[in-house]
Amino acid sequence: MSQTITRSEIRHGIGSSPTRPDGAAKAAGEYAFSSDLFPDEALFGVTLRSPHQHARIISIDTSKALAIAGVFAVVTADDVPGKATYGLIASDQPVFASDVVRYIGEPVAAVAAIDEETSRRACAAIVVVYEPLEPLVDAELACQEGAASIHPDGNIIRHQHVLHGDPTVKGDVVVEHEYVIGMQDQAFLGLEAAVAFPDEDGGGVDCHVATQWLHEDRAQVAACLGLAEESVRLTLGGVGGAFGGREDISLQVHVCLLALTCGKPVRMHYDRVESFLGHVHRHPAKIWMRHHATSDGRLVNIEARFLFDGGAYASTSSAVLVNAVTHTQGPYQCPNAVVEGIVVRTNNLPCGAMRGFGVVQACFAHEQQMDRLAEKCGLSPLELRRRNAMHTGDTLVTGQVVESVAPVTECIDNLAALPMPGSTVGTHSYLLPGGAGNTTRSDNVHRGVGWAFAIKNLMYSEGFDDFSSARCRLEDGRITLKFATAEVGQGFITIAAQIARTVLGIEAVDLDTIDTNVGSAGSTSASRQTWMSGGAVDAVCRVVRERIFEHHAAASGCNPLALAVEGTDLVDTTTSERTPIEEVVRGLTIDEEVVYRHRATVHLDERGQGNCHTAFAFVGHRAVVDVDVELGLVRVVEIATAQDVGRALNPLSVTGQIEGGIAQGLGLALMEEIIQEDGRIKNPSFTDYLIPTIADMPPVVAHLIEIPDPQAPLGAKGVGEPPTISSTPAIIAAINDAIVNATGSTQKIHRVPVRPLDIVEAAYGGTAD
Amino acid sequence: MNDDRDFMLTVNGTTVEIRGAAPGASLLSVLREHLGLTGAKGACEEGECGSCSVLVDDSLVCSCLVLAASAVHAHVTTIEGLTQSRDVQAAFVECGAVQCGFCTPGLIVAATDFLAQTSDPDPDDIREALAGNLCRCTGYGRIIEAVVSVARERRGAAT
Repeated sequence: MSQTITRSEIRHGIGSSPTRPDGAAKAAGEYAFSSDLFPDEALFGVTLRSPHQHARIISIDTSKALAIAGVFAVVTADDVPGKATYGLIASDQPVFASDVVRYIGEPVAAVAAIDEETSRRACAAIVVVYEPLEPLVDAELACQEGAASIHPDGNIIRHQHVLHGDPTVKGDVVVEHEYVIGMQDQAFLGLEAAVAFPDEDGGGVDCHVATQWLHEDRAQVAACLGLAEESVRLTLGGVGGAFGGREDISLQVHVCLLALTCGKPVRMHYDRVESFLGHVHRHPAKIWMRHHATSDGRLVNIEARFLFDGGAYASTSSAVLVNAVTHTQGPYQCPNAVVEGIVVRTNNLPCGAMRGFGVVQACFAHEQQMDRLAEKCGLSPLELRRRNAMHTGDTLVTGQVVESVAPVTECIDNLAALPMPGSTVGTHSYLLPGGAGNTTRSDNVHRGVGWAFAIKNLMYSEGFDDFSSARCRLEDGRITLKFATAEVGQGFITIAAQIARTVLGIEAVDLDTIDTNVGSAGSTSASRQTWMSGGAVDAVCRVVRERIFEHHAAASGCNPLALAVEGTDLVDTTTSERTPIEEVVRGLTIDEEVVYRHRATVHLDERGQGNCHTAFAFVGHRAVVDVDVELGLVRVVEIATAQDVGRALNPLSVTGQIEGGIAQGLGLALMEEIIQEDGRIKNPSFTDYLIPTIADMPPVVAHLIEIPDPQAPLGAKGVGEPPTISSTPAIIAAINDAIVNATGSTQKIHRVPVRPLDIVEAAYGGTAD
Repeated sequence: MNDDRDFMLTVNGTTVEIRGAAPGASLLSVLREHLGLTGAKGACEEGECGSCSVLVDDSLVCSCLVLAASAVHAHVTTIEGLTQSRDVQAAFVECGAVQCGFCTPGLIVAATDFLAQTSDPDPDDIREALAGNLCRCTGYGRIIEAVVSVARERRGAAT
C-alpha cells in the first residue's frame, strides 16, 4: 500500500552506534577464537626454532623424533613442495631455514603428533648441527660499504632519498637532534593459532586462521605448497587483535604442510614466548633531524636521516621506510627538504607492520623538533604549530599535493580551548606516579603538559593495486553481505551492516562467513577498511538499490531515476509518493558483487618525488602528566585528542579506536620495548614486556572533527592509526615540560620508551640530551 | 579403565570426571581441553593478563596458575556458568567495551566479582580492582563505563 504521509527512519544505520553483531557471544565466552577450535582427531603442530642468531646448518637429523610413538610427521625445508620462501613484498623468508639461520627463533622444522606434549618432546629430539657465524647486530654497521652480507638479497632492504625544493636553504633558527625509538610488540592478546583440514586426496587444504588478510595468506601458502590458489581455502578464525602483527605469514604454511603431510587435521597455537618470536615487530629506529625556520618560526627546510633496523627478513620494511620518510615534515608546510632513509637487514628479529607503520617513528622525531624550535623561537608549542599548520592544497616533501580535508588548525584550536584537569596530589595515592607502591612523595611530583600532532596516510601506497570486494544478496526481504574483510576487533562487521541498512532501507542484514569464497578485501591495515571495504559494501548496495529501483519502476510505471531511499521507504521524488521498501522487494532476489578501488598512486622516483599516497588523516594530542623527577616515575593524568575522522559512521566504535590507539601510544612512550641481547629477547612475556593496564590508562577526552572528505566513499576516514601516532610524542613533551617545572632543566627526552634514568638525567643535567 | 590420576571436578554446578590429564595440568587447560569450556582464554600463561579468570569457591583466580588437581574439592565457576554476570555482559556490549573480545570473558568474571563487593565504585576504584586484566584493544575507557553503568542499574533496581 502506498502512502504519502509519515517519514520513516532506518534503525541502526550510518551515524548511529548499534552494538557489535558478535558482542553478545564474545561477552558470554561463546565466540570461537582460532585458538578455540579443537576438531576431533586433530594433531598438534609445534615449530622447532633456531637457538642461534646467525649460523650455518650442517645437518638435521629427524630420526629420533620420528621414532617417538604418536609422532605423525616431521617436516623441514626438504619437504616444502613449492616455493621455498615467502614474504609480503619480497619473497625472501624461508618457510624453514635450510642452509643458514638468520635470527634466534627462525623456524627450522615442524612436528605433528597426537598431542602438544608429544609434539614438544619430538621437537626436542630433532638434532640440528649448527656452525655459528658472526652475527650482524648493528644497523649502522649493516649499511656500511664492505659490510658482510647476511642474505643473498644483501643487507640494504631499501635506500630512499627525498629531495624537495632547494635543500641548501638555511634558516635563521636551526635545531637538530637524534632520536631513538625502541622495538614495540603488537601484543595482541589472542595468540597465533590455526587449524588445517587436508582434502581426502591431498590435493587441497582448508585452513581456519587468525589473520589480517585472507587472500594474501592464500597466495603465499599456495605458492609454498605448490598448489593452485583455489585449492587453498581460508576461513577467518576468530581474531584476538592484530595491530599489524598478523599481516605476515607466521604458522600458516607450517600448519597446512603438516596437515597435507599427515592426511589429518592439524592445529597449532603459539604460546606468548613463541608469539614474540613468530611475528614481526615495530622497527626500532634512529632518526636525525635538523629543522630550519625563520626567526618568527616558519619552517623553511628540513634535513633528516632515518635508519631502521628491519631484522633478518624484509617483510614490509620498504613500505614502512617510505611511510617514514614521506611523513618527515609532519602536518606542517615546508618548502624544502633533504631526507635520506635506509632500512637494513640485521640478525635481529624481523620487523614489519605495526599500527602507525613508520609514521610513529617519524612523528616522534618531528614533534620533538617542533618543541625545540618553539623554545628557540620564543613561541608556545601551539603557536609555532599554528603558524606552520598544513591545509588542503599544501604540498608534501614528495611534491604531492594534499587533496584530503586537512583540519590541522582545527585540531590545534580544539586542544588549545580545553580546560586542564585538576590536581591529583593529595587525592588518591594510587593516582600518583608509581601507583599503588606509594613510592612517591607528593612534594616531588611536578605537572607537565605537552602537545603533538600528526599526519597519516590512509590505504596502500606506491602503485599497489589496492582494492576490496563485497557481495550483496537480497532475498526474502533480507540482505546478506559477504566479504573477506578480516574482522580483528575493529568493528568492520558493525559498520558494514549499518552501511547496507542506510543505502537499502532494509534493517534485516545478515553477515556471511568471512572466507576466500569471495574476492579479496585487501588487508585490515593502513586504516583502510572503513574506506575500502566500507566503499565496496556501499558500492554493491548501491548496485542492488538500482536494481530495486528498476524493478519498482517497471511495476509502477514511474521513472527509476526519480526514485530514492529515505529511511525504510522508497520515495518517488517527483510525486513524493512513498512505498515501504519491504513491500517493493517482496519476492525479489538480487545478487551482486562489486570491486572498489581507490585512485592510482605511483612509486617515488629517485628524488623521492611522486604522488605515492592516496589520502591523509590528521590528529592532535594533549598529554597532562605528573612526574617524580627524582625517581623518574610518570603518571599520565589525562590525554585529550582532536581527530580528523571525516565522518563517524559509528561514533562508539570511533571512540573505541581512539582510546585503544592512545593506550598503545602510551605504551610506547612509557613502557613497551622488546629488549634483545645478542639477538635473544630478554623479556618475551607479559611479566617483563609491559603493556598498559587499566591503572596506567588515564581518562581520554576525545573530540571528533567531522568534515566529510569528498574523496572518501562515505566521507569517512580511517581512524585506527592516528591515535597511536602523536599520543607518544605528546606524553614525552609533557614529561619535558614537567622537568622544566621541576628543576628548570631544558634538557629533553629523546628516546622512547623513556626509562626512569632518562628522566632523572634530563632533570639533573646528566647525559640525556 | 580408571587411572589413579583421574579426578573429579565440580564446574558450574556439575561434577565431572577428568581422565587422562597431565599431572601438572593447569585448571585452565583442563577447562579448555578436557571440558571444552573455552570461555577462559590463555594469553600469557603466567597470571599477568587475567584472560583466564574464573572463580574457585567464589575467589577470583587466574586459572592458568591453579593446578587442576588442587581444585577437586572446590566449586569452579567459569564465564559459561556465571549467571549473575548477565547484566555485566550486556553492559560490556552496549558500552563498547568489547572489541576483539579475547580479554572480555576474563574481564567480565573479574568485574562481576568486583561488583558483588562494591555497589557504588568510582572510576579509580574500578582501575584498582581490574588492574589484573589486560586489554589491548579498548584502552579501557568503555570498560570503566560498562562497570559504572552496571553498578548504577543495580542500585536503581535495589531501591
